[in-house]
Amino acid sequence: MRNAPEPVDVIKSRRDKALAALVEGVPYIRTLGVGFDRRGDELTAVLNYDDKLIGNPFLPALHGGATASFLEVSAIMELSFAILWDEIESGRLNADSLTPETLPRLPKTIDFTVDYLRSGLPRDAYARARVNRSGRRYASVHVEAWQDNRERLFAQATGHFLMPDRS
Amino acid sequence: MLRHFALAPGARPRMIRGQSERRVMDDTQPNGDAAKLAEDKARIARQFIEAIPFSGALKMSLDEIGDGVAVISMPYDDALVGDPRTGVIHGGAVSALMDTCGGAAVMSRSEGPAGTATLDLRIDYMRPATPGETIVARAECYHITRSVAFVRAEAFDADDTRPVASATGAFTVMRAEGGA
Repeated sequence: MRNAPEPVDVIKSRRDKALAALVEGVPYIRTLGVGFDRRGDELTAVLNYDDKLIGNPFLPALHGGATASFLEVSAIMELSFAILWDEIESGRLNADSLTPETLPRLPKTIDFTVDYLRSGLPRDAYARARVNRSGRRYASVHVEAWQDNRERLFAQATGHFLMPDRS
Repeated sequence: MLRHFALAPGARPRMIRGQSERRVMDDTQPNGDAAKLAEDKARIARQFIEAIPFSGALKMSLDEIGDGVAVISMPYDDALVGDPRTGVIHGGAVSALMDTCGGAAVMSRSEGPAGTATLDLRIDYMRPATPGETIVARAECYHITRSVAFVRAEAFDADDTRPVASATGAFTVMRAEGGA
């Protein structure tokens, strides 16, 4: 006989707490003003518009560095959440007691290549990342960012990451 | 290999290529007009960097600029940390520094682009920057055409023998007249 499935709010709460702990552990994510929407294991990063993100005040347009940072933050969070997914689901990761000190180590960026497709407008931006390859030591992640239309990307990037030791 | 120009903390921006401020300001010198023009360009580029909100938010400051080379520093700040356990600065902040520095290097070319935007930028992270230390990026625009500028950059912390990161990028060249 099968065990009864866990109540939906227990599952949701565990996933949301783990994600929140990961996000809150990184000060630079708060500096940028990036938040994450979660649907199951799918993450959408949201760059909340702020005047400080501008790189060209005359157009105005988002700073290329703000865009690059947003893409890199999105890629690392997608990869981190994917690495921890099994532990979150099994309940092995205790999300309630996660602090910056007890947080699992995050992947480290080896290289990151940003492709700027059009200038970023002074409004919110969204990004989704896809882990194309995740091995024991290395991972390759692609990330796409858009503003008004999902099909009209304003930037995309590919990065390689060194996986954290999982002992 | 790019050379790293270290400046003492609080040092004033200065011209590269040995043009002292006095010589630049002295119009009686035989090459006073050329030097004055170079100083004007450096001043415009400096204002260009300081007018960028995101660069200001990351407390970047222009240390040197001229003739296709820019040096920009970014002091250590808790707000830039990517790994709270080690206090190492987030790669994204280093990318932002490289991007700003690359754009400044393009703007400082004698060809005088009216503006520039990043087309692509690749960053290699060689080692974590030491927590607490200022990161200094030096970018060189080593080639420019009517429409594209090519840039190489390196970033260092207090150890100027081992780069923290290196970057290569392509930037657009905007023209004052006749469109991009």
